[in-house]
Amino acid sequence: MCGIAGCFQYKSSVGISKNMLERMISRLKHRGPDDYGFYINNNIGLAHSRLSIIDLNTGHQPIHNTDKSIWVVFNGEIFNYIELREWLEDKGYYFYTNTDTEVIVHLYEHYGIEFVKHLNGQFAIAIWDSNLNKLVLVRDRVGIVPLFYTEADDALFFASEIKAIIPALKSKPSLNYKAIDQLLTFWVPLSPMTLFEGIKEVSPGQILEIQNSKIVSSSYWDWVYPDDNNYWCKNENDLAEELRELLIDATRIRLRSDVPVGAYLSGGLDSSVLTSIIKNFSDTPLRTFSIEFEDKGLDESDYQRTLIKYLNTDHSHVICQSGTIVEQFQKAIWHSESIMLRSAPVPMSVLSNLVRESGYKVVLTGEGSDEVLGGYDIFKENKIRQFWAKNRSSNFRPYLLKKLYPYLDLPKSSANSYLKNFFGIGIDDPDIPYFSHLPRWDVTSKIKSFYSDSMKSALKVTDFADIECLLPANIKNWNSFNRSQYIESKTLMSGYLLSTQGDRMLMMNSVEGRFPFLDHRVIEFANKLDPRLKMKVLNEKFLLKKAMRNYVPKSIIERYKQPYRSPDISSFVGDNSRDYIHYLLSEDKLNEFGYFDSFKVNLLRKKISAGKAIGYKDNMAFMALLSTQSLHEQFINEF
Amino acid sequence: MSAENILRSYVLENYLFTDDQSVLSNSDSFLEKGILDSTGILEIINLLDEEFGIVVEDEEMIPENLDSIDNILSFMEKKNN
Repeated sequence: MCGIAGCFQYKSSVGISKNMLERMISRLKHRGPDDYGFYINNNIGLAHSRLSIIDLNTGHQPIHNTDKSIWVVFNGEIFNYIELREWLEDKGYYFYTNTDTEVIVHLYEHYGIEFVKHLNGQFAIAIWDSNLNKLVLVRDRVGIVPLFYTEADDALFFASEIKAIIPALKSKPSLNYKAIDQLLTFWVPLSPMTLFEGIKEVSPGQILEIQNSKIVSSSYWDWVYPDDNNYWCKNENDLAEELRELLIDATRIRLRSDVPVGAYLSGGLDSSVLTSIIKNFSDTPLRTFSIEFEDKGLDESDYQRTLIKYLNTDHSHVICQSGTIVEQFQKAIWHSESIMLRSAPVPMSVLSNLVRESGYKVVLTGEGSDEVLGGYDIFKENKIRQFWAKNRSSNFRPYLLKKLYPYLDLPKSSANSYLKNFFGIGIDDPDIPYFSHLPRWDVTSKIKSFYSDSMKSALKVTDFADIECLLPANIKNWNSFNRSQYIESKTLMSGYLLSTQGDRMLMMNSVEGRFPFLDHRVIEFANKLDPRLKMKVLNEKFLLKKAMRNYVPKSIIERYKQPYRSPDISSFVGDNSRDYIHYLLSEDKLNEFGYFDSFKVNLLRKKISAGKAIGYKDNMAFMALLSTQSLHEQFINEF
Repeated sequence: MSAENILRSYVLENYLFTDDQSVLSNSDSFLEKGILDSTGILEIINLLDEEFGIVVEDEEMIPENLDSIDNILSFMEKKNN
């Protein structure tokens, strides 16, 4: 990965200041510490900070076509660049580097903006086409690589991270109340909105064309599911084989690199599948990395060891010790540019640091498998709630939820009353497209009870139906399982897992993540599967397990799926208390920043001090409060 | 402090994070108002044990006994008798 930034004075002919570009790109040095490059011509300026992975010698960007009329800066990887290059050379295009970036230039020359449909990769691309006086911004299909922009006066500024855009703003940055409210509902602001006023993201699968004083947006790809019952008409064994072959190829092309490639090994099914594929179907030496927790309830090292032994991998691990999260938290907020409802992203930065210190710049991870192949508890919860909705008076049906959440430590005599209240939201209307996500959003929204009066009066509170702006018109024709997958992929996956917990925690240490399960061929194949093959009754990722059962230990295939978590409140209290926490959550700072009611926050802090804040809601609220305060302090107060 | 006041203060301070008495009436359902989650119920049970010496049996962990200030007060009276 790398960092990109740029400016296009698209409504005027004012020249670009190199000083401004330098200020912008210098904020992205962590994304690309190996090299800087600039292209400036009248009203267009492109900048690039490089993390050298492919073509270490001649890969300096920006890269241009033969007559230098088309210029590209690019962050990411095009995994099928070898095949595309061969094809382009056959067509007569001349290459002056061995990079995947130059493939973009010529592919654009050949196809125009349709070029993007031929790419298999993860990318944020800016193309300057001087023939048409047009800037094109493109982001990958699912949102692996970030790309933001803002309009200021007559110019459009763009960059890989928001912190590189802020120097270009005309006024002091501010957080967007509406976006905060959306995050405290859906876990993310709804794309293209970001937490920062006036700054938008290029959405996953989106193209922006800036030309003739106008910005035209279009979508070139989306998660598409067939109407219910129009799935693959193939038998289960053939589909499992096809899935395995696709994953092998998706992994194979993601091992292309001029530097060594490692892999994360969590002990879960997905990383086990990937590491097994590397071991069995590639020549790449298997080098793996994992994180362990002192809290045994969160630790998966037993499963990791099973796999290390099974695959005989060269492995390194790091222990996330008490104190690590509180020490790294502020830095993680700086890099994520987000509010965190969990501390879980922070240990991922510790893991990427281990990778970098071990001399690696690239890792494969299993991210995306749960969304693509049906692994999450929210999909199970949806199945049970749909089953319950068919007979709302049943006492047995909601009790199945206890099977899903065994920690709901309630005796059978009383469980139903409580379960019906915790999970019954929307049960009378199971056909609404976002039915699956209502319990999560309802619980998350409780954080808003901490809002200050000024915050409450300044915003129109988010309605769950606001999500409809992201949903396609035909979603009602899809199976409820697929609707749930779609919403999960468009919200939590792209906005949080791939970003706050993904790209940002990797790039903090100049490490690139690659995600074979998010190869668009795998997604398009999986989306046509009958949902019953993804989750057989409540057995998650059924087809993946079937496809890989000869390559992954039985104990991993059959294990209980443990969501990745890290300690939240307990990471910040007792011996882990730090001055910055008291400072950020002090009455003065809470009142000064204005988001939260200091009296309420103080009561939560008292509850925490008394050791009584053990529930999910309190943990999530504390993380939201602290991270919002930290975000404001670092980006609004001090920037 | 009366049992009623102890219970009200506990719920107001620990779940509603306020000292505004007007936001909670004694008949408000904790579940319907989203005041308690599963751990909240366990905390209430713990409070009854620690503060009032009332041990809640499994079969007594039902909303009829625990879902509002009024319900808890009635339940406590029943247990004390």
